Amino acid sequence: MCFALQDVDIVKVPGWRPEVCCVGEMERLHWVQHRVRQLLVVDPGQGWYASPAAALPNKSSTEAHSLPHRGSGKRRKVLARHGPHQQDYKATSKSFKSNAIRTTKYSLLTFIPMNLFQQFHRIANLYFLFLVLLNWVPVVEAFQKEITMIPLLVVLTVIAFKDALEDYRRYRFDKKINKNVVQVFCGKQKAYIQQCWQDVHVGDFVRLSCNEIIPADMLLLYSSDPRGLCYIETANLDGETNLKQRQLVTDLPAQQGSELTPESFDCRIECENPNDDLSRFRGYMEHPSGVRVGLHNSNLLLRSCTIRNTETVVGIVVYAGHETKAMMNNSGPRYKRSRLEKRLNTDVLWCVLLLIIMCLTAAIGHGLWLNNLKDPVFQIEGETSPALAGFYVFWTMIIVLQVLIPISLYVSIEIVKLGQIYFIHNDIALYNQQLDSRIQCRALNITEDLGHIQYLFSDKTGTLTENKMVFRRCSIYGVEYPHEENGRRLEVYEAEQSESAARSVTLRSGCSGRSLSCARSSVSLHTLTAEQEEEEEEQLSNHSRTRTSAFCSRVAKEVIPDPELVRKLNCLSSVDGGSSAPPCSLELTHITDFFLALAICNSVVVSSPSQPRHEVPEARTPLKSLEEIKLMFQPFSFSPFSPLSALSPPQARGSPRGFTSRLFARAKNTTTQREEPGQESNLESSKLQPEVDSCCRAEGGAAGQTGEDMEEPKPGPDWSRQAAAEGLSRQTDSEEEELLYEAESPDEAALVHAAQAYRCSLRGRCAQSLLVELPGLGSLSVQLLHILPFDSDRKRMSVVVRHPLSGRVMVYTKGADSVIMDLTHTGKGTEGEQEICSHIKEQTQKHLDSYARDGLRTLCITKKVVTEEEYSLWLKEHLVAESSIENREELLLESAQRLESNLTLLGTTGIVDRLQEQVPETIEAMQGAGIKVWVLTGDKKETAINIAYACKLLRPNDKLLTASCPSKDSCAAYLEELRLALPSAEDSTTVTDGEQSSSSVLVIEGQTLAWALQEDLRSLFLELSCRCRAVLCCRSTPLQKSQVVRLVRDQLGVMTLAVGDGANDVSMIQAADVGIGISGQEGMQAVMSSDFAVSRFKHLGKLLLVHGHWCYSRLANMTLYFIYKNVMFVNLLFWYQFFCGFSGSVMTNSWVLILFNLLFTSVPPLIYGVLDRDTPAHTLLARPALYQASHTSKVYVSYMFWFTVLDAFYQSLVCFFMPYFALSGSDVGLLSFGSPINASALLIILLHQVIESHTLTWIHCLVLVLSAGSYFGFVLVFSLLCVSCSPPTNPTGVDTLHMAQPIFYLICALTTVTALLPRLFLRAVHNTIHSSAGLRSDHTDNLYSEEYHRRMQRWNQSQSRVNRLPVSSQNPGLEPDIA
Amino acid sequence: MMATSYNAKDEDGHITVSGPGTMRSKKPENTAFKQQRLPAWQPILTAWTVLPAFFIIGLIFIPIGIGLFVTSNNIKEFEVDYTGVDVSSPCFNCSQNYMWNSSRPCTCSIPFYLEQPYQSDVFMYYGLSNFYQNHRRYVKSRDDSQLNGDLVSLTKPSKECEPYATNENKPIAPCGAIANSMFNDTLELFYSDPNGTLIQIPLSTTGIAWWTDKHVKFRNPAGSNLTVAFQGTTKPVNWRRPVYELDADPENNGFINEDFIVWMRTAALPTFRKLYRIINKNNNMIPTLPQGNYTLEVVYNYPVRSFEGRKRMILSTISWMGGKNPFLGLAYISVGSVCFFLGVVLLLIHYRCGNQNNSQDISN
Repeated sequence: MCFALQDVDIVKVPGWRPEVCCVGEMERLHWVQHRVRQLLVVDPGQGWYASPAAALPNKSSTEAHSLPHRGSGKRRKVLARHGPHQQDYKATSKSFKSNAIRTTKYSLLTFIPMNLFQQFHRIANLYFLFLVLLNWVPVVEAFQKEITMIPLLVVLTVIAFKDALEDYRRYRFDKKINKNVVQVFCGKQKAYIQQCWQDVHVGDFVRLSCNEIIPADMLLLYSSDPRGLCYIETANLDGETNLKQRQLVTDLPAQQGSELTPESFDCRIECENPNDDLSRFRGYMEHPSGVRVGLHNSNLLLRSCTIRNTETVVGIVVYAGHETKAMMNNSGPRYKRSRLEKRLNTDVLWCVLLLIIMCLTAAIGHGLWLNNLKDPVFQIEGETSPALAGFYVFWTMIIVLQVLIPISLYVSIEIVKLGQIYFIHNDIALYNQQLDSRIQCRALNITEDLGHIQYLFSDKTGTLTENKMVFRRCSIYGVEYPHEENGRRLEVYEAEQSESAARSVTLRSGCSGRSLSCARSSVSLHTLTAEQEEEEEEQLSNHSRTRTSAFCSRVAKEVIPDPELVRKLNCLSSVDGGSSAPPCSLELTHITDFFLALAICNSVVVSSPSQPRHEVPEARTPLKSLEEIKLMFQPFSFSPFSPLSALSPPQARGSPRGFTSRLFARAKNTTTQREEPGQESNLESSKLQPEVDSCCRAEGGAAGQTGEDMEEPKPGPDWSRQAAAEGLSRQTDSEEEELLYEAESPDEAALVHAAQAYRCSLRGRCAQSLLVELPGLGSLSVQLLHILPFDSDRKRMSVVVRHPLSGRVMVYTKGADSVIMDLTHTGKGTEGEQEICSHIKEQTQKHLDSYARDGLRTLCITKKVVTEEEYSLWLKEHLVAESSIENREELLLESAQRLESNLTLLGTTGIVDRLQEQVPETIEAMQGAGIKVWVLTGDKKETAINIAYACKLLRPNDKLLTASCPSKDSCAAYLEELRLALPSAEDSTTVTDGEQSSSSVLVIEGQTLAWALQEDLRSLFLELSCRCRAVLCCRSTPLQKSQVVRLVRDQLGVMTLAVGDGANDVSMIQAADVGIGISGQEGMQAVMSSDFAVSRFKHLGKLLLVHGHWCYSRLANMTLYFIYKNVMFVNLLFWYQFFCGFSGSVMTNSWVLILFNLLFTSVPPLIYGVLDRDTPAHTLLARPALYQASHTSKVYVSYMFWFTVLDAFYQSLVCFFMPYFALSGSDVGLLSFGSPINASALLIILLHQVIESHTLTWIHCLVLVLSAGSYFGFVLVFSLLCVSCSPPTNPTGVDTLHMAQPIFYLICALTTVTALLPRLFLRAVHNTIHSSAGLRSDHTDNLYSEEYHRRMQRWNQSQSRVNRLPVSSQNPGLEPDIA
Repeated sequence: MMATSYNAKDEDGHITVSGPGTMRSKKPENTAFKQQRLPAWQPILTAWTVLPAFFIIGLIFIPIGIGLFVTSNNIKEFEVDYTGVDVSSPCFNCSQNYMWNSSRPCTCSIPFYLEQPYQSDVFMYYGLSNFYQNHRRYVKSRDDSQLNGDLVSLTKPSKECEPYATNENKPIAPCGAIANSMFNDTLELFYSDPNGTLIQIPLSTTGIAWWTDKHVKFRNPAGSNLTVAFQGTTKPVNWRRPVYELDADPENNGFINEDFIVWMRTAALPTFRKLYRIINKNNNMIPTLPQGNYTLEVVYNYPVRSFEGRKRMILSTISWMGGKNPFLGLAYISVGSVCFFLGVVLLLIHYRCGNQNNSQDISN
C-alpha cells in the first residue's frame, strides 16, 4: 500500500525549473505522495521504513523484517563470493542468475518450435493452418495437400526469417555486452582482475573507475570520494544526464581509509527479491557483530548507469543479469493499432461474410444439382445425400476461395509500413544538421494515422521554442539593464550554431561510444529496417553529447554584458571609480550578491572539456588587493580572508585525486582561516557537521598548513585596467580552458553563463563547497551549507551558504515571481531602507510585467542574511526534519519555508526562450490543413499568450477569451456565457473559411481547466473549445495535459496528436493517438514514450502534410487494391462453380492458383503502397488544405470499399464470361478454358494498378513487367516440364499450345479491355469534373520538375541561414513580418 | 531531369562534421530514390488524355470484330442430335435399353441432309450435353503416372482412382472414373450417292489428339507387346474390351489410343464436344463432303438418359480461330463501338468541364 515513497527525494535530484510543473515526474510523484499521505492518515500504524542515515540499527532491523513488500515476502541473501563463508555462499547463491544476459528469444535448437509456436498466435496463420488441415479431410479436399500448405509455409518462412535476423542481431548485441570487461575481485589471486561482464556473479566485488559502466546492480561499499559519495549518470536508463548521488552503505566495519578487503568481508546482505522498481531498494546488511544496517535505494548502483566524477568505487553485486532492475525494466516496442487497420478489420469481416455467402451458395447449389441427378456416370459417390454433399462442398469451397480473405494483406501491410518508415526515416527534410539526428520512428504501424490528424496538442517550452534558455536582460536594485547588445546578438544566431555544435561534438566524442543502452535489447517484431535499432542506440549515446553542447551552446554562453552594469561592477574591482559616479554601496552589494546568487544558487555541475566532470582547472590567482572591497562590505561584518592563491601548482597537479582533495583543502583552509578571528558561531556550525571535517581532514591537513603560511597577494594593477578597458567576459574565455556547465535545466545554465559573462563564474563544485570566481577577487571558496532543492509546490530553490566575504550565513533564493514577491520583506530598519525596498519592489514588479509581456521567462533573485542564532535554530529543526521518519516531506517543506521568508529582493532576470525556426509557418500550415492546434503549457498566461502571438497561433484580430475563474461555479457560469456568445460550431466553420475573419481563441488557466475537466463541465468545455479556433491551456499540469488529450480524443472521437519534449509531456504523448517527441534539451523521456521523435517542431509540417498524407493515401489505396484483387480473382473461381455443378472444381492448375496471389501479383501492390505519390510533396506543403481533403476519410473509404468490390465483381464477370462465351460449345478442355482467363485476370489486375496508381517510376514498370513475365514464364515452363506432376490438373502442353494460337490473344485483349473500360472511363470523367488542385500541380510537376529541383536546392540552402527574431518585441500584435 | 545528377554537397553546401575516429553523419543520402523524387510518369486520367485511347481501341476492335465475324460465318457446321429422346427418333429404342455392357450392340441410323458442300477438311465431333466432366471428384479420378506408362502405377493405381482403381483384386488400367466412363459409341458416316448407293466416308482416327498428349503425356507401359504389358491388369468396369484392344494399329492402341486421349482431356463445361474423326480432303476438285443426303450409323452404347444428357454428332470445318463462334466477332464489334461511343462522350465532357476547369480557380 505504501512503499518506497521517501526514496524519491534521494534518488532524484529534482531539477530546478521556473515553470511550475515542468518536472513531470516529480509532479506525478508528488501526487502519489499526496495520495499515500491520505492513506496514511487512515492507517497511521503502518510501519515506515526509515532512511538509513537516520535509522538506528536495531530499529531498522526490526523494520526490515516487516518490510511492506509489494510482491512475495521472499528475500534474497547475498554473501561475498570470496568471503569467509564459502559454504553458505554456495548454498544461497545457487538460484541467482549470473550476469550474462540473453535477450534473444530463441536458441539454435529452439528456434523452429518456438518460432512456430509464436507465429501460430496470429489469427492469420491459424486461418491458414485451418485451411491446410481442412484440406486433409478427404471428403472436402480441394487441392493436393502440399499445395494448400504453400501459403502457410511462405508466410511462416518469411516471418521466421525476419525473426531469426532480429534475433541474431540481439544475440550479437548481447554478446558484445557480455564480453565487456570489468575489474572483479578474484578469490585466488586476492586481487581485482579483468573479467567479462557475463562472469560476474552475485556476491562478487566489482571495482569501477570513472566513466565505466556498471555491469550489475550492486551495493556501494567503497568510494574514493572522501564523503562516501559516488555520482552516477542514468542516461542509459532514463535518458537523464544529470548526475545522481549514491551513498556508501553506512557503518561499514572497515570503511575508513583504505579500500575494503573483499576476502574478509563477512557481512550478510539481505534484500528484497529482484523487481523492476528503479526507485526502490530495500534490505539490510548484517555485520558479524549482529548489527544490522538498513540498505536503501541510494546505496544501489544500477546496471548500465555510468560512474561519474568518482575515481574508484567498489561494490558487491546483489542482482545480476536479468535480475537487475535495468533489465527488468525492459519493455517491448510500442504497439498501436492504426485507425485504418481497425477499419480494415471491418472490411475483412465483410470479406468473410462474402466468403460465407459464396460458399453457402455453392453448397445449396450443389445440393440442388445433385437432387436432380440420378446416378450419372460422372457422379462418383452416389450414396451421399445431397444435403451432406452440399455440406462437404461448403468446406471445399472455403479452401478453394480462401484467398478472398486478404490474410496476406496483413503481412503486406506490415511490409509496406516498413517501406514507408524507411522513406520517412530517410527524408532529408526531417534531418537536423545541428544535432545530426534524423527522425526516429518508434512505432512502426501507425504511419497512416499521421495522415488524418485532427487535433494537435503541443507543449510550448522546447517544442515550439528552442528551450535554449538565453539570458536576455535583468533588473537589479530596481534598475533595468536592457542589454541591448545582447538582444541584437540574439537576433542573428543560426549561422554559428552549427559550427559550435560541430565543435562540441568533436570535443565530446571521446566519451560518445561508451554508452550502452539496455533498453534496446527488446527488439521490435517489425524491425526489419536494419539501422533503426542501432540508430536509436546511437541516438542515446549521442544524446548526452549533444545535450551538453546544447546547454553550452555559443548562444547561451556568450552573453554580452550591459555596459552600464559592467561599469558599475567595475567599481567593485577598480579603486578609482573613474569617470562615472560610483554607485552607492548598497546597490553594489546588491549587484554582487545578485551575480553570486546566479552563480551558486543552482545544481550545476562543472567540468572542463579536457577531462569531463572530473577535474577542475586551476584557480586563477587573484591579482587585486581586497582593501577596497573590504570597504564596500563595511556594513556587513567582514572577516579577513585569505585567497587561496598560493596553493602550490605542483601539489595541485600531483595526485590523481587532485581536484577533490584540493577543493577540500581549500574548504578546510577557509574554515580555519575564518576560525582564527574567533567567531564562535562559526565553530559551532562546523561542529554541527562533523562529516565535513572528517572527510576533509585526510587531505586537508597538509594543504591547510601551506595555506596558513601564505601571504596575501599583491594587488595587480595591470589587470584592473585591462578589464576596465576591454570589458569583462571575452578575454577570459579565450585565455583559459572553457568550463562546461551541465545543468538539469537550461535555465540554470543560462543564468550561470550570464553570471560568468560578468566574471562571476562558478568554477567548481563539491558537496560542501563551491569554488566561485568573483570579479576582482579571484577564486573564492563558498562554503555550501544546504541546498533546498526546487519543488513545484514552493516554486523556488535556495542555497544556504556562508558568504565568502562577510562570513555570514546567507540564503540565496531564486524562484517564480509569483511566490517570491510575497516572501520579500517590505523593509525593516530605517525609514530610508524601507523606502528603498518598496521602491525596488515596485520597479522590479514593473520590469517583471514587461518581461512577461515580451515572452521572457522571469525569475526573482533574493537573498537573506541569517544570523548565526537563527541559523543554528533552523538547522536543528531542519536536521530533525531530515531525519524524521514520518511526514518527512512535509517537515522538509515547512523547514524550507521557514527559512525562505523575509527575503531581500535583489533583482530579476529575463530569460529568452526563442521560438524554433519556422514554427509560425508550421502552425499556420497545420491550421490550414484543418488541424486544430492547442497549446498546453505550464507557463504563465502572459508568456503563453505572447508565444502564441509570436507563433501565429493567435492573430492580431482574434478574440481572446480568457478563462481564469476563482471557483467552479463561476467557471461553469463563465463557460456557459462564452458558449452562448460564440457562434456554434457549424457557423464557425463557415466563418473560419473566410480568411482573415476574427475568430476566438480560448485561454484557460490551470485551476479553471481542472474544473472544466470535471465530469459535469466537460461537455460544456468541449463545446466551447470546438467553437474556438485554438485553445491555450496555461499553468497546466502533466496530468491535466493528458486529461485534455484524452477528453478530446474520446469525446470527439477525433484523431489526436501530441507533441512535447519533456518528461512533463510524457503522459500527454502517451494519451494521444500519435505521440511525437521532440528530442530536445530535456532528456529522452518524451522521445522514449513517443511514436515518432523529431528534433524540430517544423518537421511536423512535412511529417504530417506530406508523409502523413502519402502514407495514408498509399495504404488506403493499397488496401482497396488488395481487396479488389482478391475479390476479382476469387470470383472467377466462383463463377465457374455454376458450370461444374458447384462441385468445387477449378479450371486452373492448382499451382498457378496458389501462386497467383503469392507470387505473380504480390509485389506490385507493395510497390504501390510504398512508392505511390498522389500529390507531389511541394504541392502538399504549399496547399495544406489538401490534407484536410483527404482526411475526411470515413465516408471515402467505406463507400470506396463497396465501389471497389462492385468493380471487382464486374471485372470478374467480364473476365470469366468473355472467355466462356468465346469458348462455350467448343471442345475446350478444363485447363484450356482456364488459361486465357488466368492470363487476362493477370493483365487486368496489373493494368488496374496502372490506372489506379498516381505515379509510375521505372521501379513500378519493372515490377509490373516482372510480375507479368513471371506468370507467363512459370506457366510456359510448367506446361513444358510438368509431365505427370500436379495430378488432377496436369498442365502439360496446355499453355504452350494455347499461347501459340491467336484466339488466346484475341480473348485476352477483349477481356482486358472490356474489364477495364468502365474504371478507366469513370476515372477520366471523375478527374475531369472534379479536377483537384493536386492534379493540376501534377502537371506542373511534370513540366517543371527541373525548376522544382532548383527550388528545393535553394530552399535547402536558405534553410540553414534563415535568421529570424521569433520572439516578439514590444508589440506582439505587429509581428506578421516574421513570415 | 534525372534527379540523381545532383548530390548532397552542392545542394546545401554543407560540410559533414567528422570528429576523430569514424563519426558518420546521420544525414540521409540525398538520392532521388530515398527522397522519393524518382522521375515518374504520372498518368493523369482526364477526359482529354484518355480520349485517344478510346478512339484507338474502337478503331482497332471494330475491324477485328468484323474480321472475326466474317471468319466465323464462313465456317460451316452441321449438328445431328442422335440421343433418341423422342419416340420418333431412330435411336429411341437403343436409348431405352440402357446397359453399359450389353452384349448385343444396338445400332441405329440417322439420315440427314447437308445443304452446302464442305470444301476443306471436315472435323467430326461427338457432343455431349449436361455431362459434367468438370466435376471435382470426376476430374481427379485418374492417374497420370499410370497413363504415362509408369509400371508401378500400372499395378498400383493412385488412390484418386477409387472406386475405379481395382476390380476383382486386379488393378484397373486405365483406372479412374474418367476412363471408366469413356465415350463408346461408334459413329460412321455414309454418303447417299444421288444414285442411291451408300458410300462410306473414310474417317481418319489419328491426328485428333494433341501432339503433346500423344507423345509426351500418354505412354504405353514398356513391353514388347501391349497384351503382355497390360498383363495383370483388368479393364475398366464399363469397358467391353481391354485397353490394349482399342485399335488394331499398335501406334493407336493402349494408352495412346487417340479416342482415349481425347476423352481423357476433360471438358471445361457441361456441354462440350470432342473431336471424333477427321475427314481429310483428298482432292481439290471434289468437296470433302458434297451437298446431299447422308446417313449416320450409330452403334449406340453410351447411356446419357440418367443425367438427361444429349448426344450429338457435329460436322464442322475450322478456321484459324477454331470452330464456328460468332460471339467473339460480335463482342469485338460491340466493345469497339462502345469505346467509340465513350470516346465521344469524353469529348463532350472535355469540352463541357475540362475547359471551364482550366480557367477556374480551385477553392477546394
